[in-house]
Amino acid sequence: MLTSLLPEFSVHRDEDRCIQCRVCERQCSFDVFSYDAEDNVMVHREENCVGCQRCAVLCPTNALSIRINEYSYKPNWNWTREYIQDLKKQAETGGVVLTGMGDDKPHKIYWDHILINASQVTNPSIDPLREPMELRTFLGRKPDKLEIEDGVLSSNEYPNVVLSTPIMFAAMSYGAISYNCFYSLARAAFESGTLFNTGEGGWPQEMRKFGSATIVQCASGRFGIDLEYLNDAAAVEIKIGQGAKPGIGGHLPGEKVSEHISQTRMIPAGSDAISPAPHHDIYSIEDLQMLVHALKEATDYRKPILVKISAVHNAPAIASGMVRAGADIIVIDGLRGGTGAAPKILRDNVGIPIELALAAVDTRLRTEGIRNRASLVISGGLRNSSDIFKAIALGADAVYIGTSALIAMGCTMCQKCYTGKCAWGITTQDPYLTKRVNPEIGTANLKNLLRAWSLELKELLGCGGINSIESLRGNRLQLRGIGLENWELETLGIRGAGQ
Amino acid sequence: MRQAAKKIRGKGSVSATTVTIDARGVHYKELNRHIRSLAVEGGERFEVVNVFGQRFFGTNLWGVENRNNIRILVRGTPGSDLGAFMDGPEIEVRGNVQDATGNTMNSGRIIIHGNAGDVLGYGMRGGEIFVRGNVGYRVGIHMKEYRDMVPTIVIGGTTQDFFGEYMAGGRVIVLNRFFSECSESRQSFFIGTGMHGGSIFVRGEVNPERLGAEVGVEEPDVEEYGLIRHFVDSYCRHFDVREAEARILREDRFYRLCAKSARPYGKLYAY
Repeated sequence: MLTSLLPEFSVHRDEDRCIQCRVCERQCSFDVFSYDAEDNVMVHREENCVGCQRCAVLCPTNALSIRINEYSYKPNWNWTREYIQDLKKQAETGGVVLTGMGDDKPHKIYWDHILINASQVTNPSIDPLREPMELRTFLGRKPDKLEIEDGVLSSNEYPNVVLSTPIMFAAMSYGAISYNCFYSLARAAFESGTLFNTGEGGWPQEMRKFGSATIVQCASGRFGIDLEYLNDAAAVEIKIGQGAKPGIGGHLPGEKVSEHISQTRMIPAGSDAISPAPHHDIYSIEDLQMLVHALKEATDYRKPILVKISAVHNAPAIASGMVRAGADIIVIDGLRGGTGAAPKILRDNVGIPIELALAAVDTRLRTEGIRNRASLVISGGLRNSSDIFKAIALGADAVYIGTSALIAMGCTMCQKCYTGKCAWGITTQDPYLTKRVNPEIGTANLKNLLRAWSLELKELLGCGGINSIESLRGNRLQLRGIGLENWELETLGIRGAGQ
Repeated sequence: MRQAAKKIRGKGSVSATTVTIDARGVHYKELNRHIRSLAVEGGERFEVVNVFGQRFFGTNLWGVENRNNIRILVRGTPGSDLGAFMDGPEIEVRGNVQDATGNTMNSGRIIIHGNAGDVLGYGMRGGEIFVRGNVGYRVGIHMKEYRDMVPTIVIGGTTQDFFGEYMAGGRVIVLNRFFSECSESRQSFFIGTGMHGGSIFVRGEVNPERLGAEVGVEEPDVEEYGLIRHFVDSYCRHFDVREAEARILREDRFYRLCAKSARPYGKLYAY
């Protein structure tokens, strides 16, 4: 098709280094490269390049570099190249512009405006290498008061799940990501003592052995859900919304519904898997209460029920309703939460930053005296252990990481997940591509990431003189803001640096 | 309740005995746990009387060995989510049911002698639901099928709006009995919006203006008529429909509403 778009990237090949081995051609799933046998040179179709850097990384002679195309339209703060290109695409097709991953626009990143405290002189800091440091986290409802009978603490009647570190893998379905990646997440969570989330794509039978490390999802399409699925898992999550696309459903196109995916989703191969925008049995908090309790009945009250929403303007009031509806764990997914496919216009404009939503929800639940009735999990573009530390100090019990986990398995954030052609073998079902993630290595990398971030969390705790993650939860005195206005400090519930 | 439990333990063959349970004033959690505990011991026939709003009948029988043989007769008005996620048992209700009956149901049978509320059979994946009377809004949304699991709903009366939305598989048969009772509201609006699989068989005329854009209308083929008759016979048996009317229901003309495309939303996106 004739397109009026400028290539987004340019391909630079050092012909002195190139040995015409054609690795780039085999590795590129977007058909950028071909070999001209007559002249013995590689030729490029730059307009197809998505900038994933697969070819540059795998080139054995480092002959390739992929750069942002320096030829652009006349610079304009209002009419950026992206807006011009998207508009042209829509004029050519009449369609919605899709994208993958989280919001990439320059909204304020509050994590970068928050600094962490350290102990000096009056309260000694702790060396986590020498002293015990507790990251263990319990998720689920806690009793209103502690009762002691004959000197023994009576047991908590509410089911809790135990994590060795407050980091879980966010919901990414088998279908959105490849089997090897899905398997790696499950196994890494299992071996690291934390949880992964199946998303709404079902749960392959042979992976049920990781059940104690699995959260299964009940979303609006109800794919792959039966009583066995619910009871084999450690917890069940009702997905109402997702940070990347609040208020809309999902759509796995028929060409991605392979034979194996059709088994786990329990739909015919090749048919579209459409998740409606709302759950049609949930039009109110009372309806939510009904589904929460239906799932509790179905699992004999042995598993905590999570309810996940995206961070929207009224998140605190909705969260209060979710807790009152019986959710044991509430999940808030922020503006920068990732996705396999979403309309770009929604991804970049709908929802609010997770930092503000988290602080507001925690404050609201405390004010109402119901904070103990549910754990609070947040997600949405957490990039490192300090983001997680700050989230916990703002009031989160634990976090989900999705994008970070994908990056650990090779993702370079080219945002082309929705094409199903991921050259790194992550968001694709093409067997030629999915082999690129070795599940052994995927598992090892994810475990390394969890280990590294857990070590850093311990260092951060130690420098503040704290030896347990429990003592950090909602401990906003550990934080100070910089470059924030009064309303922002107020919403976050923290003081400014120097105050 | 406790007495009933004792009585049943004293007998040699618990499965053949019908255990009567008085649900008056009993919370659903306690009631359902009681039924479960009896079922675990081998109980298969239950009659629950004085039911008044208790929810989630049949939901908690996961792992009960004989759950495919369990039959629960409910007298009164059960609450919402009757048979939600249910896998195997049969529930017969002598009365009306509330919302979300057969929600995400996997297998088994629900027989309702009255009317049903909204969201009947949402996300249903298998089993059968028979409703003698009318049903509410948003019925049969996102039903789906896979291999030999094909859910079926038979509705004696009429449905309300948003019927069969996003339907991905399975079948709903609407008999449109009691026509005079329902007068103009005989057919709902917005039928089958977003439908991408499955069949809705409607007895009598279909007004195309009331259908979603993704819905096509066909004459059922011989095999489908056979299917319709099979389920109409079951319906007549469950609800003791008189032979004269049963014959009319069997022989009347039906229309099949189906998805025009298995990919209704394939062309929404730019490249």
